Amino acid sequence: MAQAAIELIGINKSFGAVRANRDINLEIGRGTIHGIVGENGAGKSTLMSILYGFYQADSGEIRVGGQPASIKTPNDAIALGIGMVHQHFMLVDNFTVLENVILGAESDALLKKSIAKARSELERLEREYGLEVDPDAIIEELPVGLQQRVEILKALYRGAEILILDEPTGVLTPAEADHLFRILGQLKDQGKTVVLITHKLREIMAITDTVSVMRQGTMVATRETAKTTVEELAELMVGRRVLLRVEKGEAAAGGVKLAVKNLTVKDTRGVTMVDDISFDIRAGEIVGIAGVAGNGQSELLEAISGIRRAVSGSVMLDGKPIDLTGAADPGELRDRGLAHVPEDRHHVGLVLAFEENENSILGYHDDPRYLRGPFLNIDAIRNDARDRIAKYDIRPADCRLKTANFSGGNQQKIVLAREMEQDPGVLIVGQPTRGVDVGAIEFIHKRLIAMRDQGKAVLVVSVELDEIRSLSDRILVMFAGRIVGERGPEATEGELGLLMAGIEHQEAAL
Amino acid sequence: MDVFNAIIQTLDSTIRLSVPLLLACLAGLYSERAGIFDIGLEGKMLVGAFAGAAAASVFHSAFLGLGMAILISVAFAMIHGFASITHRGNQIVSGVAINFIAAGSTIILGQAWFQQGGRTPALQPGERFEAITLPGAEAIRDVPIIGPIYAELLSGHSILVYLAFLMVPFTWWVLFRTRFGLRLRAVGENPAAVDTAGISVAWLRYRALICTGILTGIAGAYLSMVQNGGFVKDMTAGKGYIALAALIFAKWKPVNAMFACLLFGFLDAASIRLQGSPLPIIGKVPAQFMQALPYILTVILLAGFIGKAIPPRAGGVPYVKER
Repeated sequence: MAQAAIELIGINKSFGAVRANRDINLEIGRGTIHGIVGENGAGKSTLMSILYGFYQADSGEIRVGGQPASIKTPNDAIALGIGMVHQHFMLVDNFTVLENVILGAESDALLKKSIAKARSELERLEREYGLEVDPDAIIEELPVGLQQRVEILKALYRGAEILILDEPTGVLTPAEADHLFRILGQLKDQGKTVVLITHKLREIMAITDTVSVMRQGTMVATRETAKTTVEELAELMVGRRVLLRVEKGEAAAGGVKLAVKNLTVKDTRGVTMVDDISFDIRAGEIVGIAGVAGNGQSELLEAISGIRRAVSGSVMLDGKPIDLTGAADPGELRDRGLAHVPEDRHHVGLVLAFEENENSILGYHDDPRYLRGPFLNIDAIRNDARDRIAKYDIRPADCRLKTANFSGGNQQKIVLAREMEQDPGVLIVGQPTRGVDVGAIEFIHKRLIAMRDQGKAVLVVSVELDEIRSLSDRILVMFAGRIVGERGPEATEGELGLLMAGIEHQEAAL
Repeated sequence: MDVFNAIIQTLDSTIRLSVPLLLACLAGLYSERAGIFDIGLEGKMLVGAFAGAAAASVFHSAFLGLGMAILISVAFAMIHGFASITHRGNQIVSGVAINFIAAGSTIILGQAWFQQGGRTPALQPGERFEAITLPGAEAIRDVPIIGPIYAELLSGHSILVYLAFLMVPFTWWVLFRTRFGLRLRAVGENPAAVDTAGISVAWLRYRALICTGILTGIAGAYLSMVQNGGFVKDMTAGKGYIALAALIFAKWKPVNAMFACLLFGFLDAASIRLQGSPLPIIGKVPAQFMQALPYILTVILLAGFIGKAIPPRAGGVPYVKER
């Protein structure tokens, strides 16, 4: 290995009783791309936050370029040439690109001089790394791919030699992700060190030189990427063998359960987000909707589940119309056998401050089963909750625990259990495994397929292309509010990626 | 000519009545642009008014009074900062608490120190800010139109009036042309971006609140040492809240703030002028209606009839580092 850019020696960090990092040792070679993988909560982000001076380790040593370093604030990290591109961009949305780049690194007390200097420096960086972006554009008017480029420019402007990227591809189209990887390759060629945090193993295999795996706060292995496999990495992450692709039989699709015709939905700003969409879902099949986030999937879900009023269009549930442009509300839809697992479980699916058992009846609280006269039948509710905890393997198995204290995967299981146990005819699921760890993903996927095999109609919306491909019997691709193509599960990632980017759909139609 | 004189006089009192609003509005602009809602403008003005008048009458110096007004007002701003920045308390609650403390403590201390029923002693010449006559004002007073406009409307105000209006371009310049302003605006929009850029969010917000305190201090001093010859209990009479309304009306922009405050000041002046005398066509307008207009206009604005008022995005939310 080349000389180490960063060495972490015996890093420990606890938050209260939780040991986020235990005895971490890591060495990252100069001029390499080093991947760090691990499940949510494995401690990857904490470790990188320590390196960037956001937190301080309880014990341990950091060496940068062979020299012991004390990193107490992001400023110290920046001074040592460490730059970070955060998962949620740290940009001021209504500032220009230039203003964002100089923020905190202004060369002068007056803006005029700082901006002039930054402008020429940005031009140089653009030429050197192929990072074109209009310096006077307002951030919120740029697509996410370009916003991310601004984050990279910010780090380079501050003289970063070591660039940390936290889950950089979550918001990108496959094409944008490829472009990002080309940029990272270029940075490496110029001698920069890149640290890539991700849970997408394929990215690790495609771009990194070395990879480290974290599990439950410990560093369990470091491998040369060329000498490992996706299967080995997945097993190291979870600590047991995992099925990356669920096994499933042929779908036995029956009659149409849900028929959507010419549905148009506008968002709160009045922008048309779903534009004249039509599709059917049959009993016994899973239909997946693929697309980059923000192409109308959220609004489609909200309209079908009765949360957002549609502008026009007709929807038939079991052959009978539901009035999504007017009177329909989620309660009526639930009564008619349409269950909905919302995309945003924290704000729509759960009340985090409630106990688990209270959340497990949310929306079904006026079911006679849970009532005793005008009062809630607490025993019945808790008994039901305990049954579901056992059946869906929700951990910890405590129905009195505050929901906020469950992990993302277990929170998702609480919502899934609530909706699936109503035995609905149609199940609509938004982002079934967002923020859910690998082990729970496998479980959730199996349950969804079991629903299908019981003859339910299932609609899955996900930005994870892998998930769509492994679950769906039919795949619809959404772009700019329209369905731009339908494919079978055998469709390649490249093909879907092009559809998702909105290019070539003319060509694909030929 | 009577109508002309009446208009000049109304506009003259518009300026006088706008000044405390303008200073308080700009004060609120600094803190809200930095992401700290400040409903305590009212209270800070009040303690400023009290401290100014008390110090001026004890030390027989207008400038010492002004200095004390600023000092005490900044101290109250720091209390707000300590509660809402350092301890991440609810900014509205903290602001309301400051208003209550201000209303109560000024009366108690005033009574304890001066035994005049919560008032401070009437300020003597030299303890107040006197009107300044601009050069040449007397010479052209008799020139038609221009004469009265210059001599009555523009000349003859205290130094604090000119200072208040100078603060408008100065605030614009600070916010949009300096490093401090860039950071201040950024911290009101996305404090996490400021934090990761290696700048202290807390220190930046404290500095914004110091600006707020200075300006509310001047506003208070203006009330008790220019408009009035001493402190009277509850003399701010809701001006801090009107200033907040003006701030929303101005969409958090300094030049707009000046126009909003002039408008609200004008409504106030007109309601005083029109008291009892009927307007042509409309007839008699109740003074209460004119006094309520600033709030009515703000509600209409908030309802979205006059464009959109988008507050700084991080406003009111204490900054907590994400885990």
